[in-house]
Parts: sequence; structure tokens; C-alpha cells
Amino acid sequence: MKSKLMTLALGAVMAAGPAMADLVFPSLSYRTGPYAAGGIPFADGYADYFTLLNERDGGIGGVKTRLLECETGYNTEKGVECYESTKGEGALIYQPLSTGITYQLIPKVTADNIPLHTMGYGRTSAKNGEVFSHVFNYPANYWDGASGVVNYLLEANGGDIKGKKISLVYHNSAYGKEPIRTLEELSKKHGFELVALPVDHPGQEQKSQWLQIRRDRPDYVVMWGWGVMNQVAIQEAANIRYPMENFIGVWWSGAEHDVLSAGDKANGYKAVTFHNVGRDFPVFDDIQKHVVDKGLAAGAGDQIGNVLYNRGMYAAMLAAEAAKTAQEIHGTADITPAMMRDGMEALVIDEAKMSALGMPNFGPSFNVSCENHGGPGLVGVTQWDASSKTWSLISDFKPTDGEVIGQLIAEDSGAYASENNIAPSCK
Amino acid sequence: MFYREAGDFKVSYQQDSQTFPIKFDRYRYYAVMAFAFLVIPFVINDYWANAILLPFLIYAIAAIGLNILVGYCGQVSLGTGGFMAVGAYACYKLMTAFPEVSMIVHVLLSGGITAIVCVAFGLPSLRIKGFYLAVATLAAQFFLVWLFNRVPWFYNYSASGQINAPERDVFGIIVTGPNASAWATYTFCLIFLTFCALVARNLTRGTIGRTWMAIRDMDIAAEIIGVNPLKAKLTAFAVSGFFIGISGALFFAVYLGAVEVGEAFGITKSFLVLFMVIIGGLGSIFGSFAGAAFLVLLPVVLKVLGVDVLGWPTDIVAHFQLVIVGALIVFFLIVEPHGLAQLWRVAKEKLRLWPFPH
Repeated sequence: MKSKLMTLALGAVMAAGPAMADLVFPSLSYRTGPYAAGGIPFADGYADYFTLLNERDGGIGGVKTRLLECETGYNTEKGVECYESTKGEGALIYQPLSTGITYQLIPKVTADNIPLHTMGYGRTSAKNGEVFSHVFNYPANYWDGASGVVNYLLEANGGDIKGKKISLVYHNSAYGKEPIRTLEELSKKHGFELVALPVDHPGQEQKSQWLQIRRDRPDYVVMWGWGVMNQVAIQEAANIRYPMENFIGVWWSGAEHDVLSAGDKANGYKAVTFHNVGRDFPVFDDIQKHVVDKGLAAGAGDQIGNVLYNRGMYAAMLAAEAAKTAQEIHGTADITPAMMRDGMEALVIDEAKMSALGMPNFGPSFNVSCENHGGPGLVGVTQWDASSKTWSLISDFKPTDGEVIGQLIAEDSGAYASENNIAPSCK
Repeated sequence: MFYREAGDFKVSYQQDSQTFPIKFDRYRYYAVMAFAFLVIPFVINDYWANAILLPFLIYAIAAIGLNILVGYCGQVSLGTGGFMAVGAYACYKLMTAFPEVSMIVHVLLSGGITAIVCVAFGLPSLRIKGFYLAVATLAAQFFLVWLFNRVPWFYNYSASGQINAPERDVFGIIVTGPNASAWATYTFCLIFLTFCALVARNLTRGTIGRTWMAIRDMDIAAEIIGVNPLKAKLTAFAVSGFFIGISGALFFAVYLGAVEVGEAFGITKSFLVLFMVIIGGLGSIFGSFAGAAFLVLLPVVLKVLGVDVLGWPTDIVAHFQLVIVGALIVFFLIVEPHGLAQLWRVAKEKLRLWPFPH
């Protein structure tokens, strides 16, 4: 039985052999499981942008793109299987949309010479390109997010949050634990009190955490959640009548589907972000015209303008721009993953480029360099309006506490370098 | 015709009690071993190693371990995920504390540590049985996962609570970390699986195994004929823990390389290994292999078939996978409650008589 299945699998693998001369962009997506609500719009945005490039521009630099979608279910074992099955097809860049899978892939991609882009997630200290040669996390990372939240609170309180009590409700995993260190440092610096409340996977059970919040009456609640955890937390906050305007989520806890289920009670909920929201950008008209109306949309085509759809599209745009940069540097249209890495490291995103792409003022302008794989780390704040069912930007993109974050990054990347015998350098 | 005892004369007790009394079986076993050790390492690539063979080998070790506890000794355990986590974290602490020591030693020591933990959690089994014991081991599962999440010492105070396997070698051959070659990781796990299977086979047919089975079949009767239940149950927990610890260590260090305890060793892992044992066949070493192969390969085969061959959307295939795997589990439990191992036994009986069934 076993050998029969193996022959079958082998035959199938051979049948699906590689077709070269495409720019291959694997999409390790998750459209199933407790995190699918976030995974679907992101994967749709990612796929639709590449379809748009193929339909409108004939690919990137004249070479068609090919999207290889592989379902991970936010599960690391399946993520590894997906990575191994797609890397042989000339995959140019991996964006797993999962911190757990990112940790798995960091050493693997470095050994296999394929770049990894973890936009707003993953290992924060990958910002230090001297240690993490193949990992990029521009334009912002978790610690920027944590600092952005604290900066926003400082601003709201006239620069003084001494003695304030802040509760952090976080997903009890690598993802949710990531900001704690920064928040601890910041609490020392600004004198606020931090209470961390872990929520276990998948996050449907949060009664005890919110009971504690009800008892403690913190001034602010910060959330580091993903998947069903977000909806449940916002519902629970509404149940204990916690003031929504004092409840701030990270960018993974601030999409439409997170707040819609709580209805009007979610009005005023805030979330930080590193890119703009809404669908008033020319690129969406192009997507509507070239992708959705032609019936080529990855999903049902109803997610356009959704926060996570925008983010998936933004991720695809950054990957496509890096591919263009790589084509210019190496003077060939048919780039390899190694060339792609060079392109990412030399990536320049400015307002003129963004406008030309139909995304004026969509995200920050930044230059990637070997020393800085993380971009500028500019963080804005969005707020949910339950009556019009829209997110709107209420605070512009502002810099974060580079001093605290820079030191933590140096510490963490240094620990990684010594654990793995990496000599930090910029070749 | 070929598959028969006739003509194969046993002239010593050793020959009489060997694992494969039939000559054809014996040669088939040698052929499989030769293929696994001498052919696969030379043709293996990254995909086959990391997506199919490593998980199969590692889950087979875990299934053997659980089979000893559940199938041979009759002590239901839902703590497998937690015990695998003990193996993984023990291995991580050993790897980072003693970088110069060979991985073989680390993996074996991790198994030993897990055995001790497993025995500690097995102590209640002397008083409670059946479903109640299952609940007690479930508590172990949740407690251990909570512990590894809660105490930073276990993950060396890393920011994210993840553990990452650094590069370690065996006799100069790298077996962990990203630069390990496919054949090295495969062979490393294969050696451990072979070792575990041989130990398990020889334990289960000897005195210890018979006391386990006596306890399983009827503990009061076993006690009356002189089996010490304390010793029998605790040895079963120890041996089972040892194997599960080895599999946890390999799972973390060789296969995944980075692990997050709640995600990798959650309750679903306990159920997965338990399903392997039940589908493969309780109280059978071969069943452990068959169950592991079934549950590791089936999702991959369905994925390859659905996405790559038929070109269906990935989410539909993922949903179908759940349906098909679930349906097959129900089907097997109805048609063959003794698992794949029983199918194998029936097939062998038939083969013995073939082509003259009367």
C-alpha cells in the first residue's frame, strides 16, 4: 500500500514538473483553519496583483509571473512541506504570513540562497541585514508597532503616561510574544505599568483574560492577536463595556472582519498600520478592470479595499518592484533568487514610484540597504467607524523609538549570530 | 507457494522464535532494510526527505512508543504531544549547553529525560484506569505545554519563546540545521527508528512485554499470577516515554529546526499519534509503521493529486483532505477495527494457503 502511494506521489510530482522562464512567486497562503479570515484576503490581494501585472503589463520586465499557491493552514509542518515542494521550481521570494513558519524558514532560505520577506511580522531583529542576509522585514516590524502604539498614547496624553496601566492581550505564540520585550523597555522608559495576558491558540477562550481586565481597569488595552482571537477579544471588550477608543490592536488585529461581528459596539476601536486603508487608489480600478471583470480574481473579488487585501497587494507590489530592481541591476529579465535578493537589498520606494503604480501615498518612502533590511518603521493609527463600516487613518505615519528598538535589535541579532556562528558583515 | 513454512527447518530455539519465521518474510525484511539503508540515501532529495520521509520515520518512532503504552499495556495516554515536547526541549537544552557532544548522545539523553517525566506522570495509573487515566495524561499534556511556554529558562530567554536547533554533527556529518544534507538527516532518523523498532520488538515478546499484556488483558488476574502492576505499568511508561522523547527530539532538531511548543506539540499532536496507533493496529509494531505512513502520506498524496495534477484551488483541496482522511478513518474503524496490521495479518494467512486455499 505504502509503495503504491509513493509511486503515485512520485508520478504526480514528475507530472507537475517545472516550467522555466517564468518569474515564480510562491504564495504560502492559508484559506482554511482558524486563521483563514485573515489569510484569504491577504492571499487574494497577493495573487490579484501578479495577475494584474500579467494582464496589464505582460509580466515584470516582459517576463510573465507565475504564482504557486500552497496551503499551509498556518501550520509549520505544512509550511515546511510547501517550502520544499515549491523551492525547486525557481521560487524567487517567500512570504509565509506566519511568524512560526518564518522562524522555520530563516535558516533554510539562507542556506538555499532564496530571499524571505516578512512584512510586519516574523523575526524583528532580521532588520539587521549584516546578520540576516536573506531576510527582509521592511517597511515596519513588530517592535515599530509596539513603539508606535506607545507613541500614540504619549501623544494622546500630552507626552506623559507615567503611572498609566496598559494591558497587553497577546496570542501565546512566537508572534504574540515578540513585542513584550520592547514594551517592557518602553514601560521602564516612560514609567507605565505593563500587564501581559496570554491567550492560547486559537483564541476562542478569553473569558478569564477579560475578567482580569474588568477587575484591573487598565487605562489602555493593547492587542497582539490574529485570526478568530481578534473577533472574540473585541466582542469580549464590548461585553465588559471597555471603552473602545482605549483599545488598540497591532496591524494584524485591525481588519474589517475583526470588528464587523461586534457590530456597533466595536465603534472607535483602533489599530496601528504601516500602509494606507480604503479603496480610493487608481490601482484598484486597474485590478477591477483587468482582473475581476475578466473573471481572473483569486477570490470572489469582493475583498478589494479590505485592510488585509490591501496589505497582500502591497506585499506583492514590493516583491514586484524588487524584481524590477534586480532586473535592472543584473541586466537580465530572467532573474534567479540570488539576483532577487540583490534587488531587494537595493530597493528604493519613493512617492513618484508609488504614484506611477497607482498607489499615491499608500505607504512610506524608503530605501533598503544591507545595514537596514527593515525600512523606516513609520507607524500610523487607524480607527473603525461602525456606522459607515470603514477604517480611517487618524494619525499620520510617524517615526518610532529607534533608540530603544535599535539596541534591542542589536542584542537579539547578536545572539542569533553567535548561536549560529555568523560573522556579521556587508559584502 | 513461495510464502510457506514448509521446507524451512528450524534446528534451534533461536530459529524457532525469530521475528520472521517464514523464509520469504525474512528475505523481504532484509530487502526492505537494504533498500532503506543502501538505496534511498543515494537518491533522496530535500523534498522527499523533509516533506515525506522524515515525518514518517519520526512519527513511526512516536507511534511505536505510544503503542507500547496503549496497545501493549492498555494504559490510554493523551499526553504524547507533551512528552514529545519534553524530548524536544531536553534536546534543545543539551544541544546548546554541550555543543561538542555528538547528537546521538543528545537524542538518547532526551529520550531518557522524557522517560523519567513520563514515569512521574504515569504514577497515577496505579490508582486510576481507563478514561480517568486518559484525563490525567491530558492534564500532563496541558501542563507541559504551559510549562515550556511559561518558564523562559527552557527556551534560553529568547524574545519569541521559539527554540531553534543550532548546527550539530555526528562524526563530522552535519545532521541538524539548514546545511544538513537530506541523506544525512534521513539516515540519522532511520538508524533511530531501526534501533527503536528492534528494541520494541524484543521487549514486547519477552518477559516484560508479557507482563504488559497480562496487565492489559486483566490487571487483577495478572496480579494473582504474580505480575507486579507497579513495575509493569511504570516500565511501560518509561519505555514509551523513552521512544516518544527520541521522536520529539528528532522532530525538533532534525525535522523542523525551529519549534513553538503550543503549535508543534499541542493536543492535536497527541490525537494524531493516537490515531496512527489505532488505525495502524493496537499492539503491533508493524501497525505503528503502517499508521504513521498512512497519516503522513495521505495528506501529501491528496495535495499532490488535487493541486498539482487536477489543478484545483488549494483551499478546496485542503477541505477535501479533512473530509477524505476523516472518512477513511471511519471506514477503517468500521471495516477493520484492528487496524491496518490486521489486514496485513489476514493477507499473510491467505498467502500461506495460496494458491490452494483448502
